[in-house]
Amino acid sequence: MSTSASGRGAVGTVPPPHGGHDEPAPIKAVKLRHPWRNVFAVVLVLILVLFVLDAAQRPAYDWPTVAKYLFDRRVSQAALVTLELTALSMLFAIIIGVILAIMRLSPNPVVKSVAWFYLWIFRGTPVYVQLVFWGLIAIIYQTIDVGIPFTEPWVSFDTADLIPVFWIAVIGLSLNEAAYMAEIVRAGLLSVDAGQDEAATALGMSWSQTMRRVILPQAMRVIIPPTGNEVISMLKTTSLVTAVPLTTELYSRTRDISAETFNPIPLLIVASIWYLFFTSVLMVGQYFLEKRFARGIGDRPDAGPGPIVGTPATGVLPAVVQDPTIGAKQGGDAR
Amino acid sequence: MTDVNAAPAPAASAAEVPMVLAEGVSKSFGSNQVLKSISLEVKRGEVMCLVGPSGSGKSTFLRCINHLEAVTTGRLSVDGQLVGYREAGGKLYELSPKDAARQRRDIGMVFQRFNLFPHMTALENVMEAPVLVKGTPKAQAKARALELLDRVGLADRSDYYPAHLSGGQQQRVAIARALAMDPKLMLFDEPTSALDPELVGEVLDVMKGLAQSGMTMIVVTHEMGFAREVADSLVFMDGGVVVETGPPREVLANPQHNRTKAFLSKVL
Repeated sequence: MSTSASGRGAVGTVPPPHGGHDEPAPIKAVKLRHPWRNVFAVVLVLILVLFVLDAAQRPAYDWPTVAKYLFDRRVSQAALVTLELTALSMLFAIIIGVILAIMRLSPNPVVKSVAWFYLWIFRGTPVYVQLVFWGLIAIIYQTIDVGIPFTEPWVSFDTADLIPVFWIAVIGLSLNEAAYMAEIVRAGLLSVDAGQDEAATALGMSWSQTMRRVILPQAMRVIIPPTGNEVISMLKTTSLVTAVPLTTELYSRTRDISAETFNPIPLLIVASIWYLFFTSVLMVGQYFLEKRFARGIGDRPDAGPGPIVGTPATGVLPAVVQDPTIGAKQGGDAR
Repeated sequence: MTDVNAAPAPAASAAEVPMVLAEGVSKSFGSNQVLKSISLEVKRGEVMCLVGPSGSGKSTFLRCINHLEAVTTGRLSVDGQLVGYREAGGKLYELSPKDAARQRRDIGMVFQRFNLFPHMTALENVMEAPVLVKGTPKAQAKARALELLDRVGLADRSDYYPAHLSGGQQQRVAIARALAMDPKLMLFDEPTSALDPELVGEVLDVMKGLAQSGMTMIVVTHEMGFAREVADSLVFMDGGVVVETGPPREVLANPQHNRTKAFLSKVL
C-alpha cells in the first residue's frame, strides 16, 4: 500500500474519534462566508430603524394620547374583562372539548355521530355569526321554562333577565372553541400508545383511573402546544363579542373612547399593547407547562450524553415514537 | 399432562382447583379464527411455556386469560373463577368493567414492549397500581416497591424514567410493577423478544428466580433454553391449536408431531 495516500496533517482532515491521551487538535479551517446573508440582515435593520424613527415623530400615531390612555382606568378595567372572558371561555371550552373528544372515540354510533354533528355546526360557521345568534337568543327563546314538555311549565324565566350579556358572550365563545378543543384533545388521546391502555388495564385500573393517571398526562404533551395557540387566539377573538353586543371588553372600550375623542389610531395602539402584553405572558406560561409535561422525555438526570432515541424535550411529539416497528420506543438503546 | 376434558368437581378443595383451566376455548376476530378449541390446565405453582410460530395464537390465548380479549366459545377460568363472566342460573352474564378490573388485579402481565408509563419514574411505575387500585398507603407502597426493585436488581435505578433505562432494565421494572399487585398468576408475553441479545439473560434470570419462588407462570417465549431449564410443561401451538404438550425436555428432545419437529429444527 502506498504511504503517500495517507493525507496526514492536511487542513480539514477529519480527526480520529476522541479518547486516548493526546487529544487531537481541533480542526482549523477557513470559515465559509455568507455575504448575502449579512447584506440582507443589514437591509432589514435599516428598514426597521427608518420605520421606528418615522413612527416616533408621525403625528397620526399621537403618542402623547397613547401614553395618556394606556393606563387609563377605563382601559385597564376593560383589559380585565377581556382576561376574564378568555379564561372562562377557555375553561368551559376545554371541559366540553374533553367530553366531545371522548364521545367521538365512543364505540356507540349515536354518541359518536352527535359529537361529529356538534363539530360540523360549530366549526362550519364563523364565530362572529354564532355570536350574533347568541345575542339574539332572548328573541328566539323569550322564556326558559322548567317542567314537563308539552305541558304548562312549573316556572318560567325571562331569558334576557336570566343570562347577563357577559355570560352570553362566554357561552358563545366557549361553545365555538369547544369544537376546536375536541379535535386537539382527540389527537392527543390517539397519540398515546395503545400498550399504555393495555398495561393499565392489566394492572386492574378502571377506565377513569387509566384516563386520569396514564393516558391524559401523556396526551398533554400533544395537547398543550396547540391549546396554547387556542388561548392566544381566544384572547384576540374576545374582541368580536361586540357582536353580542358586549362592549365592556378591551377593543370595544377603546373604540368607544375614540368615538369621543375622534382619534381612533392612538387607542388602537393602546388596545394592541395590552393584547401583546397578555399574549406574551401566556407564552411564558405555556413554556413552563410544556416543560412540566415533558417529564421522562428529556435528558437523563445524572449527566452523561446518553443517546436518547428520537424524543425531543419540547412538546412536539414525533411520529416515530408511535411507530411500533421501533422497538426502542422508550429509549431501549440507552445503556 | 395438561390436556383436560373433564370439568373440575365443584367441591374440590382450593389446592386441587387448577390456576388456569381452559376448556374448548376458541377466539375469532371477525371471520378469522385465531384459537381453535384450546383445552389446557395450569396447576398452582406450575410454569408453562407456550411456544410456536408467530401467528399461532399464543399471545391471543394469554390475553384471553386476563380478559384483554373476550373468548368466543368455551370456558376459561382462573383459580376456579370464570374469566370475564358471572354464571348464575345456567346463564352467563358479562362482568361490569369494575368486576373485570377486580379479576385482573390478581393476574400480572408483562408485555413484549414493556409498556412502562413513560411519565413516571421506575419507583412510581411500581407504586402506581397498589396505591390507585388497592388503596395501599403511599409509604407502605413505596417500601414494597423499593423491595421489589431490589429483587429485580434495580434498587439504584428507582428514580430513573423509563427512557433512561436499557430495554432489559425496563422489562425488569415491568416485572416488578406486575408483582406489586401480589398476583397469583403471572403472564409473560414474549418478554425478551424486543431486547438486544446481551440483555435477554438479565430478564430471564429474574423470571427464573420468580419461578423458583413458586409463582404460577405462563410464558410465551422463543427462549428454548429457558423453557428446558425452568418450565414444568411446554405447549407447542400452531395455527390456533395445541399441537403437542408435555414436559419440556421430552418435547424438545423427542417431538412427536411433524409440525413440532419442523419448528424446533428452525429455532434450536
